[in-house]
Amino acid sequence: MTTMTLAKALNAGLRRAMEDDPKVLVMGEDVGKLGGVFRITDGLQKDFGEERVIDSPLAESGIVGTAVGLAMRGYRPVVEIQFDGFVYPAYDQIVSQVAKLHFRSGGKIPMPMVIRIPFGGGIGAVEHHSESPEAQFAHTPGLKVVACSNPVDGYWMIQQAVASDDPVVFLEPKRQYHADKAEVDEDAVPDPLHVSRVVRAGEHATLLAYGPTVKVCYAAATAAAEEGKELEVIDLRTLSPLDMAPVYDSVSRTGRAVVVHEAHVNLGLGAELAARVTERCFYSLQAPVLRVGGFDTPYPPARVEEEWLPDLDRVLDAVDRTLAY
Amino acid sequence: MSSAVDGADTGALTTDPTTDLHEAGPELVQLLTPEGERVDHARFTFGAGLSAEEEAERIRGFYRDMALVRRLDVEATALQRHGELGLWAQLLGQEAAQIGAGRALRPQDFVFPTYREHGVAWCRGVDPVELLGLFRGVDQGAWDPKANNFGLYTIVIGAQTLHAVGYAMGVQRDGHVGTGDPERDTAVVAHFGDGASSQGDVNEAFVFAASYNAPVVFFCQNNQWAISEPIERQTRIPLYQRAKGFGFPGVRVDGNDVLATHAVMEAALQRARDGQGPTFVEAYTYRMGAHTTTDDPTRYRLSDELEQWKLKDPIERVKAYLTRNGLVDQAFLAEVDEEAEALGRRLREGCHALPDPHVLDVFDQVYAEQTEELAEQKAGYAAYLDTFEPEAAR
Ligand SMILES: Cc1ncc(C[n+]2csc(CCOP(=O)(O)OP(=O)(O)O)c2C)c(N)n1
Ligand SMILES: [Mg+2]
Repeated sequence: MTTMTLAKALNAGLRRAMEDDPKVLVMGEDVGKLGGVFRITDGLQKDFGEERVIDSPLAESGIVGTAVGLAMRGYRPVVEIQFDGFVYPAYDQIVSQVAKLHFRSGGKIPMPMVIRIPFGGGIGAVEHHSESPEAQFAHTPGLKVVACSNPVDGYWMIQQAVASDDPVVFLEPKRQYHADKAEVDEDAVPDPLHVSRVVRAGEHATLLAYGPTVKVCYAAATAAAEEGKELEVIDLRTLSPLDMAPVYDSVSRTGRAVVVHEAHVNLGLGAELAARVTERCFYSLQAPVLRVGGFDTPYPPARVEEEWLPDLDRVLDAVDRTLAY
Repeated sequence: MSSAVDGADTGALTTDPTTDLHEAGPELVQLLTPEGERVDHARFTFGAGLSAEEEAERIRGFYRDMALVRRLDVEATALQRHGELGLWAQLLGQEAAQIGAGRALRPQDFVFPTYREHGVAWCRGVDPVELLGLFRGVDQGAWDPKANNFGLYTIVIGAQTLHAVGYAMGVQRDGHVGTGDPERDTAVVAHFGDGASSQGDVNEAFVFAASYNAPVVFFCQNNQWAISEPIERQTRIPLYQRAKGFGFPGVRVDGNDVLATHAVMEAALQRARDGQGPTFVEAYTYRMGAHTTTDDPTRYRLSDELEQWKLKDPIERVKAYLTRNGLVDQAFLAEVDEEAEALGRRLREGCHALPDPHVLDVFDQVYAEQTEELAEQKAGYAAYLDTFEPEAAR
């Protein structure tokens, strides 16, 4: 057992993945000597050398594109995109190459690559540093997309993503990096990567969250409990593929669901979740599935981000609205 | 050297062993040494056609500019430390590169900056308080690019270089190139860093500029570092030499020498205005501060390096030149100091007075033609906010 922040847990998970498999490489901007701008790769270059922990030229398309070639050569690259807003120069490589090579080659070219992206807002940053691009990737067949929300998941999910033979877009809630600590049992048997999990049981409504909004929803559920409303909170963890069984199970009991993410609501994950829940739980639903998220504007200047991001009050407001049906 | 295996002559493929990334050498255009001595260069001169007094006045102006933008930088850094700014990207050490480049512009020229071009912004007449907004988190660049022909700061590395080329293509189509009219012919400057030179966008900008012979100057401040990555991670030949491969001239100038930078930029800009196409100018300089206020350079570079570069300080050498040659008196220097104090005060007060945005305003900025659904979303959120604090939700 070790007490860790999410940042430390990811670091420890990466370290263990590199120890377990000499083919695992870490690459990206400033990941070596600096240990990444968030220090997620801190100390890895010192211990595994420059051949395995690679400071790349400043070019995201180059990072992901060369990772494709390294994967073809038998390596398992873990690439770091410094901030969410800087993934787009690599978008072509990710969507047109990484996502499709297994398909095009009839399985002869697997892409065991992890693309780590610190995502989400709330850190008072300048533009392009606070975005939530998950839907762009979840919409792309051939990519798997996961989001961790806490140190324990960070530790295990990064290792599982590295071990996966498919490309995984790995989203890390940067606001949580250095926030809460948790006990991580390095000898535990973790849940599989692509499962969702009920993190708080409740009977009146279901909150669906991932990454940074899990904490928001948990706090909302705690507040609601004081008013006698028991909210079930599900940490989705896997965004593509989705693990709907726990969601269907929960909503069939509660009859109400609210999806909470920082990404823009329009065509976001919430839309897919609402559609699926409506299709499968139609007769159990007491209210339409509601969505709480970022508004359909670009991410705003930092001084108003806390009002733009879904917070406890907006979640509770949605809960009240769903309960009012 | 030939391959032992099949006799292929691999020796025919060696690179030029004389190219040293850091060699100053004869290729470095310098007109004012770190000690403050004027030196000649075969191709570039500063102050051609100026009288001695006019020339001295120019150089005093450069000194003043550099001293003031350094103060601007120091003040903004302090504001960040006091929690008034979320972040600041320091220009410390790059004053000569920016003032040299900025003062070579004509009013009609257009500049595409990165996020560190505070000195160029100063030359363009952008209100320094407006520069703070982005870093304070109240806006994302509030100045009007058309007011001073100075574009918005661009944080996505390298993206603006393509915009500069496109703007220059527009200038061409407007017939504002090569007419011989000094008030009409227009050049465009693309600013970027050594790290940015690796981006696809930047290399594509070179290709487009060469292909269309666009009136653009690529001004790269090679400050030796891209956050923690040294220049060697981006290139193995001096950056200015890359231009040749794209088909336009490249020149390396001492970016800590304001006279040389000004002279080289004047020539490159005029070349663009005359319709002779793009030029790559590598201003060889040094980022004396951290990458930004969140960065800790002690993790990746030795303080020795910084000490070496302090000896090449861009402001000190101009001051040495001016004082040694009796071109300034104490009164002038004191006046600049006072101006700097006043600027510092203005920045502090201006920063505090920057209006906070209202979250509802962001809905109105997304489209030129507002959509019904977004207007509805805004109204819904306003109604929601009203349930808390009726007066705040306008
Ligand atoms: C596309 C993109 N990737 C990464 C970043 C993060 N980042 C900001 S500045 C920087 C280094 C830039 O170095 P350089 O081009 O040399 O300019 P300098 O900061 O030295 O002025 C990096 C990696 C970014 N802003 N945009
Ligand atoms: Mg640089």
